[in-house]
Amino acid sequence: MSILVNKKTKVVVQGITGSEGSFHASQMIEYGTNVVAGVTPGKGGSLFQDKVPVFNSVKDAVEATSADASVIFVPASFAADAIIEAADAGINVIVCITEGIPTKDMISVYDYVKNKNTDTHKVRFIGPNCPGIITPGECKIGIMPGFIHKKGRVGVISRSGTLTYEAVWQLTQLGIGQSTCIGIGGDPVIGTRFIDAVQLFNEDKDTDAIVMIGEIGGSAEEEAAYYIKKNVKKPVIGFIAGRTAPPGRRMGHAGAIISGGKGTADEKIKVMKECGIIMVDSPADIGITAKNALDKIAKKSLVKTAKPKTAKTVSSSKKSK
Amino acid sequence: MKIHEYQAKSLLKKYDVPVQEGLAINDMKYFDDVISVLKEKGISQFVVKSQIHAGGRGKGKVYSKENRDELVVEGGVKFIGSDSEKGKEYAAKLLGNILVTHQTGGDGKEVQTLFITEGIDYRKELYIGILLDRTISKNVIMASTEGGVEIEKVAEETPEKIIKVWIDPSVGLLSYQARELAFGLGLEGNVNKNFIKFITNLYRAYEGLDASLLEINPMVITEDDNVIALDAKVTLDDNSFYRHKDYPELKDENEEDPLELEAAKYNLNYIKLDGNVGCMVNGAGLAMGTMDLIKLAGGSPANFLDVGGTATPDTVENGFKIILSDKNVKAILINIFGGIVRCDRVATGVVQAAKNINITVPVVVRLQGTNADEAKKILDESGLNLISATTLEEAAEKVTESLSKN
Repeated sequence: MSILVNKKTKVVVQGITGSEGSFHASQMIEYGTNVVAGVTPGKGGSLFQDKVPVFNSVKDAVEATSADASVIFVPASFAADAIIEAADAGINVIVCITEGIPTKDMISVYDYVKNKNTDTHKVRFIGPNCPGIITPGECKIGIMPGFIHKKGRVGVISRSGTLTYEAVWQLTQLGIGQSTCIGIGGDPVIGTRFIDAVQLFNEDKDTDAIVMIGEIGGSAEEEAAYYIKKNVKKPVIGFIAGRTAPPGRRMGHAGAIISGGKGTADEKIKVMKECGIIMVDSPADIGITAKNALDKIAKKSLVKTAKPKTAKTVSSSKKSK
Repeated sequence: MKIHEYQAKSLLKKYDVPVQEGLAINDMKYFDDVISVLKEKGISQFVVKSQIHAGGRGKGKVYSKENRDELVVEGGVKFIGSDSEKGKEYAAKLLGNILVTHQTGGDGKEVQTLFITEGIDYRKELYIGILLDRTISKNVIMASTEGGVEIEKVAEETPEKIIKVWIDPSVGLLSYQARELAFGLGLEGNVNKNFIKFITNLYRAYEGLDASLLEINPMVITEDDNVIALDAKVTLDDNSFYRHKDYPELKDENEEDPLELEAAKYNLNYIKLDGNVGCMVNGAGLAMGTMDLIKLAGGSPANFLDVGGTATPDTVENGFKIILSDKNVKAILINIFGGIVRCDRVATGVVQAAKNINITVPVVVRLQGTNADEAKKILDESGLNLISATTLEEAAEKVTESLSKN
């Protein structure tokens, strides 16, 4: 019914006693996420909000609670260490919300986490500088507002935070629910890329369509587009933010920059269109475009199932003539 | 953060990367002193180099600051040989005037610093660049025999002339990789050895400095087989400043837009553009999306402005001030997606800010998310000239409408 996280996911919050960590931990618990533990070195043995046990290390938390997902709210200077700690403790899904981690640190972390993968143990690292991941109605790991989501069958992948909320809200308002929404983050080095998330949604039998929200900088959208062209039969709806962004300027996100004439919105849009992705011009039309695409597949399947009947009626009407 | 060539070279020297010696001045009164200091070091021929944050300085044109049509001199970088008087004349023409290169755009940039350096006789120009290859999340060293030429041009026309080596983060740059680059560039004997030292130290500098781009174009080979960085372009990773306490001092505020500097004081992420519709948005992605929406609505974005996740009355008020300082702004679009921050609170902030500031242009406010209906009510009943919208589509329409009324 989703990718990566669901109602069975057991979450540990790294940095649970910090201001960001404690606020969002409560929000997650309120949403119904199964938050089983928190980690703050030195505060092991205490309880968060009188119910969630706090540990000194992720390893301790995993041993005591069998947590399998982690969300990181520690400051940028400690974040690289926190991600690796989670990976070493055997966590499967690591979500790092922290913004402002130096690229040099992320290059090492990316490599380290990747090398943790074996045939039997898969580590999925999401972020950093991202809103997190949510399977509506089941599990929210991150900082997104829960109420804008609705359980359903569209997968959403995005590099941005509020722009994702916008797209999700448009979908929900049109009655279209989401299987899972994943914010992959706006940094130049990220754990889960578009292509990885697209692959997961493609394999998920409960996802009917994919919405992909990209932005200027890098070529991750193009990379995913070529994969989609080759492997994905489900409709993919795309939007790229930053058509009006000037070259050479960092547009808020560390990774949102057109450098050396590369990574422009027009270039991405062109490739994505060529690969069969339904591209949306205006950010106001993401929801409606997804709806139209879903209606189209609904009609197709209707036509398929209805075909024999129509054939009969046609032939019988012929006969009567 | 971009830094100047003279700053980049002083950082590289700390990592024993051989660079062209020189001293920077911001006033002509220091010119003679600098020349004598360099002469004491045994330097007998000189180069005067404009320091601006843009490439193509050598081929640029210098215009008078007072009269922008008056061409003062051709070229923002010049070899002046041993005649320091001639050099002084040339330097005086640069300092305080406007240098226009293919990278500055028509407005050009005022030359406020000059780098007076040794003139080096060399026999070969090469290119070295180090940056992150985002497709595989590893650093890559690029080298080319086509020094002194823009690498983008080489990549397009003769990509086979670029040699690349990717660095495994767990082991760093390996000796065999440095040799691969040296032999790939056709370097032999002493030059080969000197290059290997050069590239090893350069990569150490790239890592140690937390650089996000390090470009040596050209790196030259002298008559006596030395390998020297003739130019140096370094961009520092803004996220690394917490561990480089000296970096904020390297920022040249003269290179920044005054409005952007002002916005930074308020912790606002603002980038000035040249359109007619100002915008204020929470979140970078939505801000970019809103700029695109303005364009589709028939306007042109005057700025990028991300007020962050919270959008308090203070940030909104400061945002207004910054946007309205730009005289090209004919309308403003505020687009806030209230998630965890409640829209009614943002609306109250907008109303409060609007009351404190004399707003002379139409303001379209679109608040969506938590308590959006209450927010709309607050805006509509404020008695202020605020045009409320609920959906993004409606916001775009109202922007178009406001522009047509102007």
